[in-house]
Amino acid sequence: MRSEYDIIIIGAGVVGCMTARWLSRYALRILLVERSSDVCTGATAANSAVVHAGYHAVPGTLKAEMNIKANPMWDLLSEELQFGFARTGAYIVAVGEEERPKLDMFLDRAQKNGTPAQIISAKEMRRREPGLNSEVSGALFVPAGGICDPWGATIAAAENAVMNGVELRLGTEFKDFLWSGEEARRIVGIRTNQGRFTSRWVINAAGLFADEVMHKAGVRPEFRITPRRGEYFVMDRHQIQVQNVLFPVPTAVSKGILVTPTLHGNTLVGPNAENIEDKTDMDVTPEGMNEIWDGGRKLVPGLDRRHVIAVFAGLRPAGNAPCLNPDVNYHHDFVIDIPEEVKGFVNLGGMESPALTAAPAIAERVIGMLRDAGETMAPKTDWNPIRPARPVFRHLTHEKQAVLVAEDPRYGRVVCRCEYVTEGEIVAEIHAPIPATTYDAIKRRTWLGTGRCLGGFDMPRVVDILARELGKDPLEISKKGHGSEFLFRRTKEAG
Amino acid sequence: MPATEEMICITCPVGCNLAVTHEGATLLGVNGNMCKRGLKFAEAELTDPRRMVATTVRVRGGVHPLVPVYTREPFPKPRIFELLREIRRLEIEAPVTMNQVVLDNALGEEIDIITSRDMPEAGT
Amino acid sequence: MAKHLKSQYDVIVIGAGPGGLAAAISAKKNGADDVLMIDRDLELGGILLQCIHNGFGVETFKEDLPGPSYAQRFVNEARNIGIDYLLDTMVLDVTPGRKIFATGSRAGFKELDAKAIVIAMGCRERTRAQILIPGPRPSGVYTAGLAQRWVNVEGYMPGNRFVILGSGDIGMIMARRLTFEGAKVERVLEVLPYLTGLSRNYVQCLQDFGIPLQLRHTVRRIIGRDRVEAVEAVRVDERRRPVPGTEEIIPCDTLLLSVGLIPENELSQKAGVALDPATSGPYVDDGFATNIPGVFAAGNVVHVYDLVDWVTEAGLTAGTRAAMFARGCCNKKPDFVSTAAGQNVRYVVPHKIDPETLTWDTVTLQMRVAQPIEEAVQVRITDGDAVIAKKRNRYARPGEMISLKLRGRDYDPVRKAKELRVSVLPL
Repeated sequence: MRSEYDIIIIGAGVVGCMTARWLSRYALRILLVERSSDVCTGATAANSAVVHAGYHAVPGTLKAEMNIKANPMWDLLSEELQFGFARTGAYIVAVGEEERPKLDMFLDRAQKNGTPAQIISAKEMRRREPGLNSEVSGALFVPAGGICDPWGATIAAAENAVMNGVELRLGTEFKDFLWSGEEARRIVGIRTNQGRFTSRWVINAAGLFADEVMHKAGVRPEFRITPRRGEYFVMDRHQIQVQNVLFPVPTAVSKGILVTPTLHGNTLVGPNAENIEDKTDMDVTPEGMNEIWDGGRKLVPGLDRRHVIAVFAGLRPAGNAPCLNPDVNYHHDFVIDIPEEVKGFVNLGGMESPALTAAPAIAERVIGMLRDAGETMAPKTDWNPIRPARPVFRHLTHEKQAVLVAEDPRYGRVVCRCEYVTEGEIVAEIHAPIPATTYDAIKRRTWLGTGRCLGGFDMPRVVDILARELGKDPLEISKKGHGSEFLFRRTKEAG
Repeated sequence: MPATEEMICITCPVGCNLAVTHEGATLLGVNGNMCKRGLKFAEAELTDPRRMVATTVRVRGGVHPLVPVYTREPFPKPRIFELLREIRRLEIEAPVTMNQVVLDNALGEEIDIITSRDMPEAGT
Repeated sequence: MAKHLKSQYDVIVIGAGPGGLAAAISAKKNGADDVLMIDRDLELGGILLQCIHNGFGVETFKEDLPGPSYAQRFVNEARNIGIDYLLDTMVLDVTPGRKIFATGSRAGFKELDAKAIVIAMGCRERTRAQILIPGPRPSGVYTAGLAQRWVNVEGYMPGNRFVILGSGDIGMIMARRLTFEGAKVERVLEVLPYLTGLSRNYVQCLQDFGIPLQLRHTVRRIIGRDRVEAVEAVRVDERRRPVPGTEEIIPCDTLLLSVGLIPENELSQKAGVALDPATSGPYVDDGFATNIPGVFAAGNVVHVYDLVDWVTEAGLTAGTRAAMFARGCCNKKPDFVSTAAGQNVRYVVPHKIDPETLTWDTVTLQMRVAQPIEEAVQVRITDGDAVIAKKRNRYARPGEMISLKLRGRDYDPVRKAKELRVSVLPL
């Protein structure tokens, strides 16, 4: 296994994986390192799955610029990488007369940012969303908004990168930079818990830990990531269907508590926004749950708590970088730059919303910055932008399902009953370019275990399949890596 | 010295709350039972408490690695864990038929441990 | 198996647990020549295969059997009388026109037609998310039934040190089972002020082993990021709100949930079957027919039963009626009388009765009370002021189903009734 690269990327969330995918186009030796046991386990694993139109970002900020650039890229990207995306449009809903003037402010902002927006009357909004609060006073419709599968997007980008020659090392945690012996302040690689790797460039895509990484480079000592926790409810699609992506009138800090359909037809309610200290604390809390419930019911009063099928929380890597434009008074902008004080370092920080949306544009920006810094970005002739999808049983017609089962009987065994995920799909993910080796990894790739029974039926079967396909003992199979094994011992061993 | 103890009868799903007066192991009286079986239960609890025990036994070469077994009759409660240790040592060979005796006269109590189901050979 | 699987059957039964087995057997014995059972598991028997404890069959066979033995009686009979079956096969879709799409790794993809269908998919367990337990999402939070499958069938212990939330029978049974296998059950917590399972199980599963039960307690949060490390238990008031100052951290590595069963009716909904929100199961008549012609339902898929013997009884009825429907003979235009849940009754099944049934069969009304009454009660069926039927019960508990039979002599008053309202009140 090699230890010398041209570029090392720290962090395999959506930003790191999209950057890897874009970079894979060029004749460069690229290493993507990720501390956890899978890609897409940080902030990308838990968010609203919304592709933002760009009405909320403050005009003149990097956030706005990247959001607007990236938004139109999602149609082609989702086709190339074969992941779920739907340009549904989105609504900002004003409830009560006091909120109505705020819509004009966001209409103005949308226009300044360059995304189409249209004011909708209260009556028309109620027609479009029958379950809406009757106190709705109007809405702002942004047709560029959409919903996606953030897990699918990230994993597909990483797979495409790997297919095109990027090396991925999971379970590999950045410890410190390697510095040149000859030249002052030049980074020549990284030291990890799995050894040292050298490179001309290191890209910081460490999300929640981006501040710690950049501080090790001696860059931006004042920059700080504050984990901002957001909690979510997932509502059962068999009990409730919301027609549209519904935002409330936002606050200065966050886009507010949405009620939105997912690509699965379920309804997501959340997130709230709570600054916390601990970058690993993704607890759901009674206060948080009450807050998102109240927020959700403000938009859709008919929400019934008995229809909740899942609860989760994510952390936004909120940064404190000021907008580069001195005329813009904003202090939580993206950091996307090659710092002057250090050589060989590309710094990406503050990757909270709209970073998921912006990721493809950020990746492109990284390419541009490297080229401007003198890197020869020679395109490969054999770069393949297409990541072919693997069969998804539940998306097929009965006719096609019959054909698939006849070809490979493993597709005939439904393992996750609620989401109709078959053994064939699970096996395919275990042997995919980025192998799924834990239960949660399979969940992110197939949506298994996210349905009403929350894994009650599938868990023993998935443990067996993972053990068999990985050649492991079922006792070694875990939910999300070492330390989260499901089973302790065999029943008849001494207890 | 007579003492009164509360216990719940487990003979049927009603679960009568019994007030049992006894002197040592000698039953003096029972209150709260809705039928005669409550008396019998109280007596047994004082002198010879018994329970049905169900567990599993390892199987070699079967469709599953374990076959469920149970005591044909209620087993002396104080010896249950001893019984379980004994059963844990066993391993039987598939195919297994329902009601097959896996341990006869368990712990000398003249109660057999039998299987609750068939266990065919793997691949059947 | 189904050596020569047909593409059309008189009766297809979805689910081969006790409800489905009984339905298939009685369908076959009552004129349905071609009967097929479909089950997603590798063997016939349903959930009974993992219920290895005794307590099954006291009513049906006058014996006290373990679950697998009870199932085996019906499995043997089903095989002997020539019922086809598909195992390891999941039904994907049921149309109102009674077409079934199913898939199995051995069976392949199957499209089947049925003259009548009996849905008998049973229940799923309520999850941690549905009761909104705060905290992270580590490994080690399992429903009691999932743990039961691992321990009894697959042969694994999912933990060493357990806390069980919920005093339902499944939780208490598992407390004993885990103790038998050398694990430590630290506590059983129940949010209500009363036991939701049978008190005999409290004795033989908890008291016998010194496992403490705390009523009016719940899990305030889970502790542990990768694996459960502890739970924070707390006492609650009458409004189920945590009482500050009563928190207790209980170290453990597994939290088992025994917090309720929910009839599994997704397929029923696909078939257009109307569901009663009070039961989460189909609206049924006295023959367990749903609103979709030719679609019947039996067992826990209709409402959660407590004794398997009543599931068998329901399955026998549903199977017979399904066979009758397949043959084309039944009272096509019944003059149904609706039942209604009256005082202290959370729901009653069936939802409507064809009085003509009472001329050839009894009809059992089954219900669960909303509040426990620990003294003698009267179970009463009234039509306005008129009392149609009544019986005395020693007590009324939400954890135990109550039945009341209507017989031939009740035919006239039932026929004339506007509504049959069921109430359970102290005597």
